[in-house]
Amino acid sequence: MPSRTVTPATEAGAPSALVVAPGEVAPGRAAGYPLRREGPAKLTGEARYTDDLVFPGAWYGTTIRSTEARARLLAIEPDPEVDWSSVVIATAADIPGDNVVASIKDDQPVLVPVGGEIRHHAEAVALLAAPDRETLRRLKGRIRLVTEPLPPVFDPEASDHVFAEYRIATGDDAALEAAFAAADLVLEGEYRVGHTEQLYIENQAMIAVPGEAGGIVIHGSMQCPYYVHRALRRALKLDSVEARVIQEETGGGFGGKEDYPSILALHAALLALKCRRPVRMIYDRHEDIAATTKRHPAVVRHRTGVTRDGVLVAQDIEIVMDGGAYCTPTPVVLSRGALHSGGPYRCPNVRVRARATRTNTPPNGAFRGFGAPQTEFGAETHLNRLAERLALSPAEIRRRNAYQVGDATPTGQVLRESVAALEVLKVAVEASGFEAGRAETRRRATERLGSGTIPAGPLRTGVARTAGGIGLALGWHGAGFTGSGEVHLASVAAVELADDGRIRVLTAQTEMGQGTKTIFPLMVAAELGVPADWVEYAAQDTAEVPDSGPTVASRTAMVVGGLCIQAARRLRAEVEARHDGRPFAEVFRADAAEHGSTRIEERFEPYAGVEFDDATYRGDAYPAFGWAAAVASVDVDLDTGEVTVHDVVAVDDVGRVIHPILCEGQVEGGTLQAVGYATIEEIKLQDGRYLNDRLATYLIPTALDAPRIHTHLVEAPFSGSPHGAKGVGELPMDVGAPAVVAAIHDAIGVWITELPATPERILAALQGGPGSATGVRGAAA
Amino acid sequence: MIFRFLVNGSPAEVDVPGMRRLLDVLREDLGLTGTKEGCGEGECGACSVILDGQVVDACLVPICQVDGRIVRTVEGLALAARERGSLDALQESFLERGAAQCGICTPGMLMAARAYLDAGGSPEEGAIREAIAGNLCRCTGYTKIVEAIASVAHTD
Repeated sequence: MPSRTVTPATEAGAPSALVVAPGEVAPGRAAGYPLRREGPAKLTGEARYTDDLVFPGAWYGTTIRSTEARARLLAIEPDPEVDWSSVVIATAADIPGDNVVASIKDDQPVLVPVGGEIRHHAEAVALLAAPDRETLRRLKGRIRLVTEPLPPVFDPEASDHVFAEYRIATGDDAALEAAFAAADLVLEGEYRVGHTEQLYIENQAMIAVPGEAGGIVIHGSMQCPYYVHRALRRALKLDSVEARVIQEETGGGFGGKEDYPSILALHAALLALKCRRPVRMIYDRHEDIAATTKRHPAVVRHRTGVTRDGVLVAQDIEIVMDGGAYCTPTPVVLSRGALHSGGPYRCPNVRVRARATRTNTPPNGAFRGFGAPQTEFGAETHLNRLAERLALSPAEIRRRNAYQVGDATPTGQVLRESVAALEVLKVAVEASGFEAGRAETRRRATERLGSGTIPAGPLRTGVARTAGGIGLALGWHGAGFTGSGEVHLASVAAVELADDGRIRVLTAQTEMGQGTKTIFPLMVAAELGVPADWVEYAAQDTAEVPDSGPTVASRTAMVVGGLCIQAARRLRAEVEARHDGRPFAEVFRADAAEHGSTRIEERFEPYAGVEFDDATYRGDAYPAFGWAAAVASVDVDLDTGEVTVHDVVAVDDVGRVIHPILCEGQVEGGTLQAVGYATIEEIKLQDGRYLNDRLATYLIPTALDAPRIHTHLVEAPFSGSPHGAKGVGELPMDVGAPAVVAAIHDAIGVWITELPATPERILAALQGGPGSATGVRGAAA
Repeated sequence: MIFRFLVNGSPAEVDVPGMRRLLDVLREDLGLTGTKEGCGEGECGACSVILDGQVVDACLVPICQVDGRIVRTVEGLALAARERGSLDALQESFLERGAAQCGICTPGMLMAARAYLDAGGSPEEGAIREAIAGNLCRCTGYTKIVEAIASVAHTD
């Protein structure tokens, strides 16, 4: 069974730990920590997800989509033979406000207007609502779209429409080239990753209910209620009260419910306003995969110079991401990808050129890691190839280059504290027996050599049908929003002592499985000195909670958790001051009875000394970084090319562990998603359409595919957040795939440079085909 | 057509077309929304229920095949447990070990695990993974689910 350890911080000056400490298992608690708050409801089937909600008289809504990747929409023609009187059709003409889905750029229409341009094959053109599903199904196919085809663009490198472009450089080009000229070895490599699907098990789901005074109430599955709220206000011309958004129990998000829910809520709302009754829009799996956002495909090119000793002296990195048809959060995904693209290593001369362009596929969007898994796959695989070329252990080349306190990143950010790269590396190498594992690989390879190979392949032998290998990757993940993102958000969270004595935490941070509803009360209770179950977590309803920003970027525990702690501290001080300093726990009920409610709001203030210039890409890109290492052990079937990942040691520095079981759950889940990314997950496209848009064809790992995951949590706290937390959600996603690819190389001696490492790619690689690298394209200087 | 069967120990009667999915009968006709729909084509297992002791995907079973048979859903686990004033041992184990995250796969996962345990399943890890291989979970990496089932298999 998997092991668990928490390695305490080794740095001095760490903020104090939470009051609640791990201890014996007590009734109603897990290893000394509160149980998942909404757990019993989820385990008994009582939890209500959007599709479980009943609204009497509700109609069913559906979307009429383009079937072309790019075209001019000339007309929408409902079949004149059909009686349309019992249903409702909505088009762009029904949109009362701006026909845009509010996002970074206002380029995506809610519905393509007649005369407008269709930009992807699943684009929404019209909406249909009917009293029952049968009518809906029958009539959906009777609406004809008249279009005029336009030439689509599918290659992001050929696209001339640039969504975003960044350049990060430590100096001028001449300095970079001089560093390359002085390097002992220069290695070039190209790495490719494709579209992947978040595949939350609960499909996108939204129900719109017309409000009594002309507004709209949205009940739905989402990560960011205030994103949906903003989109409704803009397109439906509603004020902040007329638009009300309520997050229902949400069955997973992983980024897939960050931006997409805005357009689905708008579709449901348009129909609900037109038919003046609740409208349910619940996607089936096919539509969900076909139409919603995917992880951005990327091409990452590295040119790296090192000394004979494996010390990095120059990195030149080019990144091209495929944004799909509309901008969505692409500029921010690209930014994070670019900022992480060198890996967690000091290098005096770095140039990163990154761009994201428009193509005619459905828009790509957020998915756990947000650009970093793409570029860190490139960085880690490239470093592993350098280690191979220099005959250094992958662990040793990392020890020689990994960031330490005092080092500067390519944006000039000096890492002042909370740098645990070497520590997670050490724990991972030791816990996995990495060097012994590598020696074992060599022993088995020698054994195979001695047994006589089969002519068909260089590795297949009469006695060995599989080859084992072990691989390592190290990663980093910027905590919270990129650059000045948190400053612009200016999030607000509140802690309230209600007049009836209830203690309530009010934020817009959603629970989608990570444990928000459990950790926020836990953190606030620790500050107030009361049991966690005395603290309530208010519903994520825009009529009730302030805008504490989106539930993305692993920011919930660190940024908003920090605000809640600060609010709780102020509440405690205020209440205790009214009662001669007696403890909050003793006096809060009396205080509420005497003074009525006390509500403390805390607004985000920039972390001390953290500044970033968005124009020059210089400064502190993140207030702190989380650090992760993964060691994967694989077996490769030499006949079929199939990879079995049987063990992963995952070591993650999250700053401060708030709830070990929930935190481990994040690491385990993220690690398996990374293993899926590495081995099986891949959207196939034809003419801009996803071919494997069903669960029968888009595969994710089952319990049998999943490795044993051995989690080790490391704590290097961040002094800028009151509790030291740095976030955990995305961190494990950055390192799993390159670790698996390194293990495949250890087993069979070829580098898979294009994810996923499918049997086809592995067999091709063994023959020296594309998507792989056996030799070294660079030259020793 | 009228179909009669037992759901969680209680008689149920529905008058619906014979090809209506058991999933829709449970969720919409009987209001048992604990059983979830993840894919509608038998790939994800979110709608797993126990039919005469066997785990089935309720999205693939037409109600005509359920006539006269015994169906057990996640609400049945809860009912049996509530008489004792708590969750049942499997639910308790899932809760304590963190085996439920977003919770959407959890009802199906619990039913697959319940059927495995009721059939005398062992705490052996490989056998547990095999037993839940038809139930996709995207949150947990399965680690804590396997642990939770194993701990009950020791005592069940």
